[in-house]
Amino acid sequence: MSGSDRPILGVPATEENLLLRLAIEHFLWEEAALLDNWQLDEWLALFTEDARYVMPATDIPNGDPKQDMMLVDDYYVHLRGRVDRLKSRHAHREYPSSRTRRLISNIRLTRITTDEVDVEASFVVYRLRAELIAPYIGLYRYTLVRQDKGGFLIRYRRVELDLERLSDHGAVSIVL
Amino acid sequence: MDLPDLISEDAAEGIFRVHRSAMTSSAIMVLEQERIFDRCWLYVGHDSEIPEPGDFRRRTVAGRPLILVRDNDGAIRVFLNTCLHRGALVCREDSGNAKTFDCFYHGWRYGNSGKLIGIPDPAGYSEKFINTERSLMTPPHIESYRGMNFVNFGADVPSLADYLGHAREIIDLTLDSAEPLGGWNIISGLGKFNVRANWKLLVENSIDNYHFRTVHQTYADYQSKRRAELGAPRPNVNRINNSRGLAFSKGHAAMLTQSLGRTIANPSTFWSDEAIAEVTRLRGELARQFGEERGERMAEYSRFLLIFPNVAFHDTQSGFRIRQIWPITPDTMEVTQWEFAPRQETGELAGYRRENSVMFQGAGGFGTPDDIEALESCQQGYGAHELEWSDMSRGMHREPRSDDELPVRGFWREWHALIQGHAGAERFGDVPIPEPTPYKTVLT
Repeated sequence: MSGSDRPILGVPATEENLLLRLAIEHFLWEEAALLDNWQLDEWLALFTEDARYVMPATDIPNGDPKQDMMLVDDYYVHLRGRVDRLKSRHAHREYPSSRTRRLISNIRLTRITTDEVDVEASFVVYRLRAELIAPYIGLYRYTLVRQDKGGFLIRYRRVELDLERLSDHGAVSIVL
Repeated sequence: MDLPDLISEDAAEGIFRVHRSAMTSSAIMVLEQERIFDRCWLYVGHDSEIPEPGDFRRRTVAGRPLILVRDNDGAIRVFLNTCLHRGALVCREDSGNAKTFDCFYHGWRYGNSGKLIGIPDPAGYSEKFINTERSLMTPPHIESYRGMNFVNFGADVPSLADYLGHAREIIDLTLDSAEPLGGWNIISGLGKFNVRANWKLLVENSIDNYHFRTVHQTYADYQSKRRAELGAPRPNVNRINNSRGLAFSKGHAAMLTQSLGRTIANPSTFWSDEAIAEVTRLRGELARQFGEERGERMAEYSRFLLIFPNVAFHDTQSGFRIRQIWPITPDTMEVTQWEFAPRQETGELAGYRRENSVMFQGAGGFGTPDDIEALESCQQGYGAHELEWSDMSRGMHREPRSDDELPVRGFWREWHALIQGHAGAERFGDVPIPEPTPYKTVLT
């Protein structure tokens, strides 16, 4: 069963909200391009210093990092360590690096303030390596910080897998 | 079936080898089912997963779907999850609380103590049929050790306590160490992942320290960088010399390694002053309650125990977990990990515990993914089957350290004896020696 706080209604489809959604879609697809191209330093630059990247365990999609076991529970220091690791040649699961292809859709805004926007989006990330295909399927939850010049930074990035088990995948060795 | 020797040992030369067909053969996998998984004590679950009457978990053990439930009277039960009628699963949720299990196919109803308490339209059955008492079937043997519940599908089997043997001393060091903190509890959030490799490759990896420097270099580099940033001192202890590899009868095996970053109770130099003070207090508490020597062993040493055949009981600087490994095919395995935490650990230390576990042992961290890569790489290498033997000779010439291969030799000796149809290995150590005493701390 997925999180008990779903579904969250999105914001109404006013012209202003639709334009904002379009801008966020642009942002998320640019982020995906950085990750699929393994441009990890540029990707890390999208985060605020107080950022969090979290991924609950597969059996509790609404897991809480304050008490539950997570697959990922990164503050900025861990995020940076993750990038360092993936850029080295000794992250054996990802050296040689896998090919990935991110598909992001169903982008919905759930909360808008002057400073921040909360976003949900559906994703499939394909990891291709050793001539095998492993799909990661789930929901993104972001809190984005609105920038003066119209861009965004990421303050909160949560990945809720729909997979009940990493059966084709073995691990989560890439940034999802 | 007359099996050739699958292990090859020359004690004089210090050579121990395992035939790689053990990792690739379907016929051997069938024998493993019959001669190992159908006869050994198999872990099912922990009391803390089902604290209240009616609480249940379901899981598959050696191919049998089982229900682990605490009945209305508070007793722990294990049932085969199959309706007596036509076989449908009577429990179709992974966890929950139930007074009854109702089969959705024809409506037969069972109490949570297993008894068949309802059949729809009983007029369709004879009086004799209706008056016969029936219950969900149970595995032939169910026993528990200090909250850990096991089953055995064999006929004549030793008691669980006898089966665990000296491995209990390792288990007790860990289970006792949380006494000052209200005992251990499994916390929410399981690790569930499959690996494209034979199940025994992960068994080996779980009691192997030789690979740490190479496979886990990125984790060591990450730790070094954080140490430098925090200005924390380098650990000043010759840890590899203070480690030991152990083998026990019945195929259990262990590594003991001196470790920092154990919230019970050997602090990391990364932690706050308050956290270090609390860990120091805990260490004192352990010494008070269990004596200096035993308290020191509990506090300072990580314990990587393999409970034969397929359970890793790991109380380490990366948290305490049980990991269970099932064969699916000769070249795939299914892994589940349950994480423990002390009931009354302070918030800050509990956070460090989870952080260490997630960063190293979890499937999304910096450690386990690279282990998985190593195992899958070995399985691919077995395709070159002209190279018939894997070597596990390390440390046969000396008192075994944790990075020697005595623990895996102990596992393989028992595995081999059972596969060959014997009751067990006559010798589990490298030379005929008495059962080792794991409570002897080795310090330089």
